[in-house]
Amino acid sequence: MPTGHIGPAPLPEPLIDMRNAGVFRSGRWLVRDIDLQLRRGEIVTLIGPNGSGKSTTAKMAIKVLKPDEGQVIHAPGLRIGYVPQKLAIDWTLPLSVERLITLTSPQKKQDIEHALEAVGIPHLAKAEMRHLSGGEFQRALLARAMVRKPDILVLDEPVQGVDFIGEAALYELIEKLRDTSHCGVLLISHDLHLVMAATDRVICLNGHICCSGTPKDVAASKEYAKLFGPRASGPLAIYEHHHDHTHLPDGRVRHADGSVTDHCHEHDGHHHDHTPTLKAGGKSTHA
Amino acid sequence: MLDDFFTRALIAGVGLALTTGPLGCFIVWRRMAYFGDTMAHSALLGVALAFFFEINVMIGVFTVAVLISGLLLLLQRRDSLSTDSLLGILSHSTLALGLVMVAFMTWIRVDLLGFLFGDILAVSKTDIAFIYGGGLAVLLVMMWLWRPLLAATVNEDVAKAEGLHPDFSRIVFMLLMAVVIAIAMKIVGILLITALLIIPAATARRLSTTPEQMAVFASLLGAVAVVAGLFGSLRFDTPSGPSIVVAALGVFILSLLPLHILLPSTARGR
Ligand SMILES: Nc1ncnc2c1ncn2[C@@H]1O[C@H](COP(=O)(O)OP(=O)(O)OP(=O)(O)O)[C@@H](O)[C@H]1O
Ligand SMILES: [Mg+2]
Repeated sequence: MPTGHIGPAPLPEPLIDMRNAGVFRSGRWLVRDIDLQLRRGEIVTLIGPNGSGKSTTAKMAIKVLKPDEGQVIHAPGLRIGYVPQKLAIDWTLPLSVERLITLTSPQKKQDIEHALEAVGIPHLAKAEMRHLSGGEFQRALLARAMVRKPDILVLDEPVQGVDFIGEAALYELIEKLRDTSHCGVLLISHDLHLVMAATDRVICLNGHICCSGTPKDVAASKEYAKLFGPRASGPLAIYEHHHDHTHLPDGRVRHADGSVTDHCHEHDGHHHDHTPTLKAGGKSTHA
Repeated sequence: MLDDFFTRALIAGVGLALTTGPLGCFIVWRRMAYFGDTMAHSALLGVALAFFFEINVMIGVFTVAVLISGLLLLLQRRDSLSTDSLLGILSHSTLALGLVMVAFMTWIRVDLLGFLFGDILAVSKTDIAFIYGGGLAVLLVMMWLWRPLLAATVNEDVAKAEGLHPDFSRIVFMLLMAVVIAIAMKIVGILLITALLIIPAATARRLSTTPEQMAVFASLLGAVAVVAGLFGSLRFDTPSGPSIVVAALGVFILSLLPLHILLPSTARGR
């Protein structure tokens, strides 16, 4: 239906066009006023705190949820690859990784092998899904979505539970897919530091679109700082305190340079501020 | 000695088991046992109505089962009551309604026990035609809808996003279930239909590595249970439905025993 886009800018037709879309459930708007266009070759990332409506927005974008106001328009014949945030496989269902990959469409054996290779689990083709580790499971889901050669990949926290190195590699893979197959990507993620590097456009959600734009613009905006706290502004800030020291069993601290002291920082003695941190990794509090 | 009625029951029973295999797998995968039970219990209401309007019993049962499942889907949508309570209410009230109606219709003699627990004496040639016609239709539709059904079983959102219309598959699945309940009633009886759907599927789970394999095994194991149960029914003069279910249970228990130790190792794995 989206024929004849009126306007001066000769932008390509969006694959997905959300206009003022909103979802109303249990007496409240889960999200509202979502205006979002997703084009070929573009990676758009939704960020926002828990419950801010990221998954809801993504489901609306792929017409799994019908908007209660506004509209969602798809390019004709749009082929979607979807990785949901949660997927539970009943233990009574014998489902191997290979079989999962052909769940919604038949695939050539070679393509399956390639996809598994790309996500780093070529050895698990015959493994049963319910025996996979959390990270392996996510990789299988990603392989399944990409093997379909979709026009658009919708990935709801695709790297949850994936180890640190794998995470970076999978984001790289997503970028590579975008470059080679020229698909659009709608990504949801909590890893701000990685997302900021791999994204064309960031949309900051909190029940509505707080701010959007290039990662740089968004990171510099007031709304972003308000939503994620001062620590998130400037991608480096997130990692400032990581792994520069280790808490020893006896309560003392060994620093990166090897010295051991009673406190983390000799000067202030107490530096853990209590703004919400994005990554909860490896922090311990002082008695 | 194979009396004529017994041959008919065997033929009908095996045809039924082949149909219930794949369908039973979906009931197990989708955790719809209670749902199936509710639809099956409504069958007695269908029987009563069929007698009242003097139509074919299977058609009466099919119609009522479809209506009940439609009602369930509707009621589920407006989440006023938990699905569990809804099923409980519908399951028992349709059974009770059926029993009361049958009791009221004093002018016809209804073999109530036969309908509740199955009766191998009651299988006519027409029944066999219905069972094979209906069963074949069910199997063909299952094959045609296999991918969407399975995808929707794993995750409805993914199926929907990737263009497989899970709502449509769900409705078709209900219709198939209604058909199977209608054709299963004569052999296993209303109260035990779900058992014939679930027990062979559960048995097949341990032997299978793919969903398709599990469906085939469930059919075969179901057929074994039906044949064994019918022979038992003939030999010990027990009602056919319970005999079949006891046989299915026997096969299930056998499958739990560590018999694979006895098999050569090539028969397993892969
Ligand atoms: N069907 C529903 N009925 C009522 N409320 C719902 C429904 N689905 C989601 N919600 C609510 O909508 C809000 C947004 O949910 P959503 O899953 O989109 O959040 P999210 O941004 O993806 O969060 P997370 O980061 O935890 O994944 C939540 O507060 C949730 O409780
Ligand atoms: Mg979410």
